[in-house]
Amino acid sequence: MMFIDPHIHMNARTTDDYEAMAAAGVVAVIEPAFWLGQPRTSVDTYIDYLSTLVGWERFRASQFGIRHYCTIGLNSKEANNEALAEAVMEILPRFATKEGVVAIGEIGYDEQTALEDKYFRAQLELARELEMMVMIHTPHRDKTKGTRRSMDVCLEHGLDPRMVVIDHNNEETVKETLDRGFWAAFTLYPQTKMGSERMVDVVRRFGTERIFIDSSADWGKSDPLAVPKTGRLMLARGIPAADVHKVCYGNALACYGQSGQFDEKDWLAPAPIDQRVLYEGNSVLRGQAPRVDEGPAGDSPVEAMREEDLLIV
Amino acid sequence: MPTPLALLTGWLDRQLDGPAAEWLRGRLAHLAGAHGDRDLYVAVGLVPRKLGKADLALTGDDLGAAHAARKGWDPTGWSVDQAARLALLLTASHRGEAFFEAFHQLWRTADVGEQISFYRGLPLLPEPARHLWRATDGCRTNIKAVFESIAHRNPYPAEHFDEVAWNQMCLKALFVGAPLHPIQGLDARHNGPLARMMTDYAFERWAASRPVSWELWRCVGPHPDDRCLIALERAIQQHEDSLTAGAAALACATSHAPAATALLAHASNDTRKAIEAGTLTWAALCARAGA
Ligand SMILES: [Zn+2]
Repeated sequence: MMFIDPHIHMNARTTDDYEAMAAAGVVAVIEPAFWLGQPRTSVDTYIDYLSTLVGWERFRASQFGIRHYCTIGLNSKEANNEALAEAVMEILPRFATKEGVVAIGEIGYDEQTALEDKYFRAQLELARELEMMVMIHTPHRDKTKGTRRSMDVCLEHGLDPRMVVIDHNNEETVKETLDRGFWAAFTLYPQTKMGSERMVDVVRRFGTERIFIDSSADWGKSDPLAVPKTGRLMLARGIPAADVHKVCYGNALACYGQSGQFDEKDWLAPAPIDQRVLYEGNSVLRGQAPRVDEGPAGDSPVEAMREEDLLIV
Repeated sequence: MPTPLALLTGWLDRQLDGPAAEWLRGRLAHLAGAHGDRDLYVAVGLVPRKLGKADLALTGDDLGAAHAARKGWDPTGWSVDQAARLALLLTASHRGEAFFEAFHQLWRTADVGEQISFYRGLPLLPEPARHLWRATDGCRTNIKAVFESIAHRNPYPAEHFDEVAWNQMCLKALFVGAPLHPIQGLDARHNGPLARMMTDYAFERWAASRPVSWELWRCVGPHPDDRCLIALERAIQQHEDSLTAGAAALACATSHAPAATALLAHASNDTRKAIEAGTLTWAALCARAGA
């Protein structure tokens, strides 16, 4: 079974994670630009970070047979440093149009301050100008209001909700997100947000239309196997395979496919130039052959896990 | 004779379909006139979205024309996006200092594909010596395709690198698993320190029971010190059908050092005959290696 993790911060993860993800069936990831756990203080480090997303990290992923995409944006936390935010807004257009950039994101609100609002709106305008999709990070505090406000502002700026992903949904926000025509992503994050068992219930209650899941794994306590584990748990709980496929792969593909930068062919039948550039090197594997194929799905370590190991609580 | 820019735009125009060709023509026309930095950034960034990434379709005549337009220019293995990005840069380069500053900014934010395009284009850009630091810095990458865009089929390193940078590039090629034979000027830029570095590397690999690239003997033969001779003797006596034995013998046969040519006594009869007959060459060894 193939999986897409459409929200994961791989630059905070190890090669062991890449290996485990590939073995579990993850074929493509989207890495949203975010903060680093502590605020950056200059645009220069921001440039280097964004360069990593479109350069080194893309190459690193390819060594494990995983295709890496990203979103480019100024996150809400760092939007509160006005001098930094101004400088970052200057350089964002240079990254936003690069190959494999599927959206402006993850942007939105953290504390819902005036500066966050200002730069959120400025980036929505940039997305409109560049005809790009948007990935919204909804706040963890005051979530329901913050989510509604994020959607209000998107519509106010004339964005088509079909081109906007509202991420980090929960049971309280999903109905409105779907009713208003946006894509609803769920983050399976130990302890803080959604657990995999809760996610099974969400799919039972809300169906699989415009819903998909991600790990948002980063430098904090998180699980880069959250998507394959939850997919297996859904199967074990009797969710039909076609629905599991949509939530763990198909919907993310249909959604970000609208960007023109996220195509199944990239990992199923890559262009010759991509094979030469992205799948030929071996420096990360220190001499081993790149892991492009990982045998039948039955060999997956996630497949072999007992049900309680699939729970992300 | 057509300029490199004229060749690039001709090849692209021939290969691209209507809307793509039109987009590129429009951007080139704009960049040929007065324009802002952002126009160049956006055009260079959008290339794969607008033109795709197909392999650049080139004939033998095209390759000949490339070499005639710029000695050593070898666009083998280029793709459409790489050629187009270079055409945009060359077109915008009329702005002089303003172009160099914009190009510096492009480097700072380049993704993998852009880096490869820029490095491949180094020998075609105006005042190529100004990009020397970029080129040597690029050789420090761990992304093999980026490294090869500088080291392989590119006249820039042989023309501009000093001995330290040149030797590091050749040795690094072995570390990233890049072959040596596509390095232009490999035979012309041999030197004593490189022969010693390659020999030390061979001993290290032997000590670790790891394979040693058969190609490295090509850099050892011209400047064999005593330790190099010990290594060559060991290599030449490997299984007579091996690439290593053939390469070490050929390195000795083409060396001007009598102590090296004397080592040919350790080579097999067949190997010596093949060298005399001119059938054992670096090209023949590459063909045998499937390289
Ligand atoms: Zn995130």
